Order: sequence, then structure tokens, then C-alpha cells
Amino acid sequence: MNTPQTNSIENASKNRDKSVIEIKNLKKSFGDQEVLQNITLNLIKGENLVVLGKSGSGKSVLIKCIVRLLNPDEGVINVLGENISTLNTKGLSTLRQKIGFLFQSGALYDSMTVKQNLEFPLRRIKKNLNDKEIETKIIEVLENVGLADALHKIPSQLSGGMRKRISLARTIVVDPMIMLYDEPTTGLDPITSDEISALINKVQEKYKTSSIIITHDIRCAHNTANRIIMLKDGEVYMEGKVADFENATDPFIQSFFQ
Amino acid sequence: MKENNPVLKAKGFATRQSLRISEKTIAKKTDANNYLADVADVFLFLSRIFKETFSRDFEFKEFLRQCFQIGYKTLPLISIIGAIIGLVLTIQSRPVLVNFGAVTMLPGMVAVSLIREMGPVITALICAGKIGSGMGAELGSMKVTEQIDAMEVSSTNPIRFLVVTRVIAATLMIPLLILYADALGIFGSWIGANIKGDVSFVLFFSQAFGHVHFMDLFPAVIKSFFFGAVIGVVGCYKGYNAGRGTESVGVAANSAVVLASLLVIIVDMIAVQITDMLM
Ligand SMILES: Nc1ncnc2c1ncn2[C@@H]1O[C@H](COP(=O)(O)OP(=O)(O)OP(=O)(O)O)[C@@H](O)[C@H]1O
Ligand SMILES: [Mg+2]
Repeated sequence: MNTPQTNSIENASKNRDKSVIEIKNLKKSFGDQEVLQNITLNLIKGENLVVLGKSGSGKSVLIKCIVRLLNPDEGVINVLGENISTLNTKGLSTLRQKIGFLFQSGALYDSMTVKQNLEFPLRRIKKNLNDKEIETKIIEVLENVGLADALHKIPSQLSGGMRKRISLARTIVVDPMIMLYDEPTTGLDPITSDEISALINKVQEKYKTSSIIITHDIRCAHNTANRIIMLKDGEVYMEGKVADFENATDPFIQSFFQ
Repeated sequence: MKENNPVLKAKGFATRQSLRISEKTIAKKTDANNYLADVADVFLFLSRIFKETFSRDFEFKEFLRQCFQIGYKTLPLISIIGAIIGLVLTIQSRPVLVNFGAVTMLPGMVAVSLIREMGPVITALICAGKIGSGMGAELGSMKVTEQIDAMEVSSTNPIRFLVVTRVIAATLMIPLLILYADALGIFGSWIGANIKGDVSFVLFFSQAFGHVHFMDLFPAVIKSFFFGAVIGVVGCYKGYNAGRGTESVGVAANSAVVLASLLVIIVDMIAVQITDMLM
């Protein structure tokens, strides 16, 4: 029904060698509830792919399947050329080191300070860094998210937006090749939200990261998207550039872009 | 043309219906098998703990932190309870022994019952309450707020980091707490003996330990390791497998205490049977 999708499938086959994530016919249900019915998409190296969709449409489930926090019922997911469902524990762990995952809820470790939260992945993934380098790295990312003074606070002393930013800092601190952002700007004021969007673009540029950005925030989508995918009823409803979505006549799409 | 064919439509409908029905029966069946699935789950959990315990990267820092949490933080509570148990036990049994003219037996009797039974079981039950619920609530809230998932994606094995450290810390710390409770219980008993009579501390202790044999202490120490392991495993299992939503945290903490206390008593019964057979 929608030409953009067919177009993109042709594009996809052209770009196959360049894709870092390929998802084919992904299905996932919880009990009777079919959340993802048939998702096919790929993430091309170096791009920011924004995923839009109503609340409860399965966006978070989709990216959790990519890092195998959830096991898909059907379908194939290839990440960096490896089929994730065939990986053993060690292979999976190596692959996960290359992927940054920003949880929608932040998921900061409450028993640790901000500094310890950032050290946790850093010490485990970048084993060759010494204490000094770790310290410098932590200060640097905290400055990037505008929270250098929160170093010794514990998560319960932070506001919701601050937690979100710390958790973003914790994700980017290990320079992942692929970033999965689950609603990076939700609950932030427009100014901070723009700063975060700028940061996402900076990460993309500086480290040549490929990212999937889940968001409801059209402004963030505008600022960061190279390409947008809209989910509806467990399938990819439309795919295209920002302009395609803005000029779309479909009322469902329009209701998002008003 | 094809889409309007009523036969095909009916067939499609029938397939969908029967699929739905079979799904429902499957759901019911799993309900009935839930208990067995639970048991299998526990064994799976145990085997994962075993596997990770003997893996190369032991999380030593977290282990020490847990030892501190479990051991040191429970000391005040155990001190008070141990001393009071010893005191009360002495005050209660004294009149009976006086009737038989066997007051000199008092220290030995109290010491033996504290070391064999009262110390281990009461301390373990208190620990099931304090440590078991603490682990259930802590891991449960980490599970609910996706902190365990966050660990997993930063390629840290949460079983190794969170569970193994806690289980080993509980297995090693709870026996120490139990020995400490025994000691304070005997001290409390000396205070109790001095309320009515007058015994010197040295005499009381030599009377007490004159009656304690190796075979009183040894089985008690062995079983206290099992108490520790049971409390650690149950607390972690309940927390780690908490459901979604904040109310699951309360459920996890609560059911951890209930199950851990029950298992402590059951392990105690088995231990007593085995010791009895061996002696
Ligand atoms: N672990 C799970 N067990 C059972 N159901 C789940 C689970 N995770 C998600 N769901 C269900 O899947 C559906 C999609 O959830 P998901 O979190 O992916 O939505 P979302 O698109 O991210 O929404 P939002 O924008 O509100 O975050 C929801 O109806 C939710 O109830
Ligand atoms: Mg979500």
C-alpha cells in the first residue's frame, strides 16, 4: 500500500553489505498478545534511524530483541554480520560490548554513585585503561551531558531528567559501534532535549556510530534522523526521510507530525 | 475472486479458531505444570550458580561488600537476640534443675542446647528474615527497574556479579554469625545464672564446656553452612525472578522470607536425622 516501503526494500538490498543490523520477519508475542508481527528493517552503517510508533507498539521490545534481552519467536536478527540467536554466551557478550543500550527507564544502579555507575561498564569493557584515563573519560562524558558536578551523587539524589542524561553518559562512555537509544529526550525540557539531540549527532559524527533512536519527540526526530521508520500494529507502517513523513497524506502519520 | 470464496473464508476462520483454542489449552497445561516448572527453574538457577562460582573472574570486591553487608550489619541484631535467648533459657530451666538438685548441670545444659539447636536455628531464622528479605527486595528492585538487564548488556554476567557473591557471602557469614550467637548466648546464660545464684565467669564457662563435645559442635557447624546457602539461594532466586512492576518487589521479599524460613526448618530436621543416625 505504501510505496516508500517497497522502495526501501530495493535500497536495502543495495545497501546489504553496509548494514550493521538486519532484521527479517521478526515476530514476538507475550502470551496472547502479538506485539511484533512481522518486522523487517536494517540499519545502515553510520546512519541515525529514528523509530516512531504509538505507546505500546513494541518499540522497546524491538530493540531488546536486538541485544537478545528478549528472545524473538520467529525471524532472523543479524548484528554486525552475526546471527544473534546462534551465538553462545561468550560470543553474545563480545557482541554486546560493541552495542550501547540506553534504557527507557534509565536503569542506573541505585547502590552506586554516578562515578561508579560510569566506571562499571568502562572497567569491564575497556580493560586496558588505567585509573587516570578512566577518570578523564568519565569527566569528559559528564561534561558532554552537562552534569559534571553530579559525579559523587547517588541516583536517588538526581531528578528524572538528570538520571536520563547520566544513563546516556553511561551508555556512550564505552564508545560503542552501535547505539540503541530508547527515548533519549523524553521528560527533558526543550533546551536540554536539543542538547541531547546535538550530542547524539556528535557521537554519530565523531565515532561513526550507527544508531537506532526510539522517540515520541518529533523535534528530536527532526534533529537527528537520517531515516525514519513508523511502527503500527506490529509491522513497519512507513519508512522514509523526514520530508516524506512531513508531506505524507496518511492521517495516522499526520497526527504524529502536527 | 479468491478472497470472496466462502469456503476458503470458512476454512481460514476455522483454522484461526482452532489455533486460538489450542493456544488456550497450552496455556492451561502450563498452568497445571507450573509447580514442576518452578522446581525445574530452581535447579536451573542452582546449576547456573555452580557454573559461575567456578568461573575464572570472581567478583572479589562485590563479594567483600556482601560479606560486610551480611556479616557486620547483622551483628547488633544477633548480639541482642543471642544474649537474650541464653538469659531466658537459663531463667526458665533453673527452677526445674533446682528441684532435682542439679543446678551445677545448668551451664552444660544451656550450652549444649544453644550450640546444637537454639543458636543455629534461631540465628538462621533471623537471618532468613533480615538477609533473605534484603536480597529479595534488592535484586527484585534491580530486576524491575531493568538494572539487571543493564548489567547484562554491558556484558557483565549478573549471576556472577550479583548472585554468586551473595550466595557465597551468606554461606560463609551465617555460620560465623551462628557461632557468635552461641557465644553470646552462653554469656547471657551466665548473666541469668548470676541473677539468682553466684557463679564466677570462669567457673561457669568451664562447667559449660565440660559438657560440650566435638559431636555437639561439628554437626551444628556443618548444618549452619547449609542454612547460609539456603538463605542466600532463596533470597537471590526470588529477587532475580521477580515479575514486572513494583509490587513484585514486595512479593519477592515476602516469599523469600517465607520460603527461606521453611527450608531452614526442613534442613534442620534432615540434619538432625542424619546426625542421629551417625551417632
Ligand atoms: N517482558 C514482557 N512481558 C510481557 N509483556 C511485555 C513485556 N515487555 C513488553 N510487553 C508488552 O509489549 C507491549 C509493547 O511494549 P513496549 O515496551 O515495547 O512498548 P513501547 O512501544 O516501547 O511503548 P512506549 O512508547 O510507551 O515505551 C506492551 O503492551 C507491553 O505490555
Ligand atoms: Mg518503550
